[in-house]
Amino acid sequence: MALDDRKSHFTFVGTRPNRPDGLDKVTGRARFGADVTAPGMLFGAILRSPHAHARIVRIDTSKAEAHRDVKAVVTRADFADVPFKPGLEGEFWNVLENVMAGEKALYDGHAVAAVAASSALAARDALKLIEVEYEVLPHVTDVDKAMAPDAPVIREGAADYSVPEGMHPNVVRYHESGHGDVEAGFAEADLVIEDHFVTEATHQGYIEPHACLASLGADGKGELWCCTQGHWIVQKTCAALLGIETAQLRVTASEIGGGFGGKTTVFIEPVALALSRKANRPVKIVMSRSEVLRATGPTASASMDVKIGMKKDGTITAAQGVFRLQGGAFPGAPGDMTAMCAFAPYNLTNVRQVGYDVMSNRPKQAAYRAPGAPMGAFAVESVIDELCKILGLDPIEVRLKNAAREGTKASYGPTYDRIGLVETLEAAKDHPHYSAPLKPGQGRGIACGFWFNHGGETSVSLALSEDGSAQLMVGTPDIGGSRASMALMAAEVLGIPYENIRVTIADTATLGYNDVSHGSRVTYASGLATIKAAQHAVEKLCERAAAKWGIPVDAVKWENGCAVPSGPNAGDFDPLPLAEITADMGRTGGPISGHFEATPEGAGVSFGTHIVDAEVDPETGKTSITRYTVIQDAGKAIHPAYVEGQFQGGAAQGIGWALNEEYIYGEDGRLQNPVFLDYRIPVASDLPMIDTVIVEVPNPGHPFGVRGVGETGIVPPLAAIANAVSNAAGVRMRQLPMSPPRILAALKGNG
Amino acid sequence: MTKHHVTTTVNGDTVEYLCDARETLLDCLRDKLNLTGAKEGCGTGDCGACSVTLDRRLVCSCLVLGVEAEGKQIETIEGMARGETLHPLQRKFIEHAALQCGVCTPGVLVAAKALLEKNPDPTEEEARYWLAGNLCRCTGYDKIIRAVLDTAAELREAS
Repeated sequence: MALDDRKSHFTFVGTRPNRPDGLDKVTGRARFGADVTAPGMLFGAILRSPHAHARIVRIDTSKAEAHRDVKAVVTRADFADVPFKPGLEGEFWNVLENVMAGEKALYDGHAVAAVAASSALAARDALKLIEVEYEVLPHVTDVDKAMAPDAPVIREGAADYSVPEGMHPNVVRYHESGHGDVEAGFAEADLVIEDHFVTEATHQGYIEPHACLASLGADGKGELWCCTQGHWIVQKTCAALLGIETAQLRVTASEIGGGFGGKTTVFIEPVALALSRKANRPVKIVMSRSEVLRATGPTASASMDVKIGMKKDGTITAAQGVFRLQGGAFPGAPGDMTAMCAFAPYNLTNVRQVGYDVMSNRPKQAAYRAPGAPMGAFAVESVIDELCKILGLDPIEVRLKNAAREGTKASYGPTYDRIGLVETLEAAKDHPHYSAPLKPGQGRGIACGFWFNHGGETSVSLALSEDGSAQLMVGTPDIGGSRASMALMAAEVLGIPYENIRVTIADTATLGYNDVSHGSRVTYASGLATIKAAQHAVEKLCERAAAKWGIPVDAVKWENGCAVPSGPNAGDFDPLPLAEITADMGRTGGPISGHFEATPEGAGVSFGTHIVDAEVDPETGKTSITRYTVIQDAGKAIHPAYVEGQFQGGAAQGIGWALNEEYIYGEDGRLQNPVFLDYRIPVASDLPMIDTVIVEVPNPGHPFGVRGVGETGIVPPLAAIANAVSNAAGVRMRQLPMSPPRILAALKGNG
Repeated sequence: MTKHHVTTTVNGDTVEYLCDARETLLDCLRDKLNLTGAKEGCGTGDCGACSVTLDRRLVCSCLVLGVEAEGKQIETIEGMARGETLHPLQRKFIEHAALQCGVCTPGVLVAAKALLEKNPDPTEEEARYWLAGNLCRCTGYDKIIRAVLDTAAELREAS
């Protein structure tokens, strides 16, 4: 889309109206995944492997089946029966293997069987009647150990073509990219630092556990209600796993209690459908928190080596990174994303990055907010900070000196369009936080972060009512207030008040395919489609006005919610408001609707810069975040309050990842902390207010200039906090989380 | 298995249910009384999404047995508004955009109401420590704390 087509003056966009679902959510009547029932409903429960790696020798379900309250029991055999789609391949096979184990249990918590019973208690009791004989196998949960020659093989033949010969079979994908000559670049440097960094797996930690209500008949027709970030992928995947036609399964997305990438796939939904088909009754499954932590996707853990060369004036001469990501017992760890994002903020002559996707005996990783990017940024931004410290340079000035700009060839290949990194760095430099004095024991850190952002398949419809109100149907579940943003964008185009627009997250039977709410794509892609659908409706409104006035349609323009005669006909007729056109629409040609569907490709990449102050208690090793400022390019903030919310939420999750959260596995390969008491996410008393600065460098690929804002906010925090803590403690922290024992060990190691 | 007959008061209404001795108050509110505003985020008393008051005391309803509600006064999120008038906390949460996904919101509101009844003029630190039992993964708590302190100020002015 050409820049001069873009709108820059707004009536509704940029205001902060109350969200349309606010009342439902503050009164408790919003319906989330677990909040619905159906007549005749059964309750499902899932039996899970207690072993990290074990061959399933035998499953005997006869005692459970004999229980009088049990109406169905399923195992993997109930998914193999796919009448017209025999043999699943690729990711469908992986997902099936994950939702119900086949020959082997691959991690602690892997589903092996499920029951449906007349009460939740009966279902749980019946699980104890299922007998599973396991042959326990050697396991591995650490990424470096999983790559070692003697590591147990998770699955032979899982590697794709990209993996170089001679690597362990647990290495399943390989990525390498870059440009220039890094060795020559390092030779030009005045200082080269190479260091090793480790991050642990963390969970998205959405407060709502996965929940669904499924109904599937022997006729192959089904209904599914579930909390998901994308119900079309649920529809497609469940249909494939159950062997039914996609269109025969209608999926409705409930209100969703957080996702952050973790609800972009299926876990319990195919199981509930299989139980329902077998029992011929609706089945509801709700996960417990420990099931969420043991068996749904955490993020990948990482082992990384980063080497950067710098001249005395701060110019980076070369950068190189090796990023090994462990993503559980299936391919999918985003080592490629880590590699591609790691150096993306910088204009580098010589850069090379390598990413590994490594399998281990852990749950299948799922996307978590800018998947892969925060780990790489932690390593890279830490090395840059150390270089600045040794060379006596200001960390913002050095980043400005090397910052990517419009026209820069990105480290991962393409040439940047208009981007806003420099603007975030300038805003950071000018922010009072950056020059505020620090108290003894405190340290300040800054870091930059990058995320691609995504477009994706998108379909939106808008229908006008006789009274001039509008209903907008979008297909991307609203995780953080997106219905408000959609209504603002539609109001802007239609010229009717925000309050007159009702936005609905349509089910799969109502719209064509919509990609998941991920990739920071909703405000960008569904927003773009909303604008186009509204413009489509405006075209029809203008046609009706032209017909009424008897003038050519191109002599009618749309202004402030009215059709207005223009050109030679200007002033010939009074402006015709939308509601007057819709009042007559039944007699002037029928209903007026607008529609748009496409796969928009112009999602502008996004950058942010964070400033953090941390205080380290040398006695206990506890770190307190005393001040935090997020500065990020939003392109155009449609509803600034929810943009701020995304920035703040990303920072808070980053603080948890940096300081406290980690998956802890015992020697037996079992997860040691599968409850919130032990997997402790930040609470209100852990955090300060999180200040935000919204930078607006319009994205040329969106009519209003929107860039996605959801994910970039979690990219800088790990590094910014590590830099602050390292400055406060006087010792470089290279492993996350920087929990009190690790800080104490580092302080001790430093003498 | 024999079930227990429980008579209790929820949001001023006398209610009765039959429950298994193992069922929690949260199970009973949600599955027997169809009051699904309280959520189960953890089932172990760590997230506060199931917060209700039991004889005016703030509790995690997942840690209270259904049978323990016998003869008690329970207040849930469903009883917070008076008719069509929202409680000031509910209104301020909407105005401050203090929710994103909203699944923790009922518990946070119930807990915040209990705070303001106990302490009408909390400091930021007091509000943060009181709400430390209510996990929110979306907001970073910033707007939640602002909404609570703003409500407290408004209620003080009104009284």
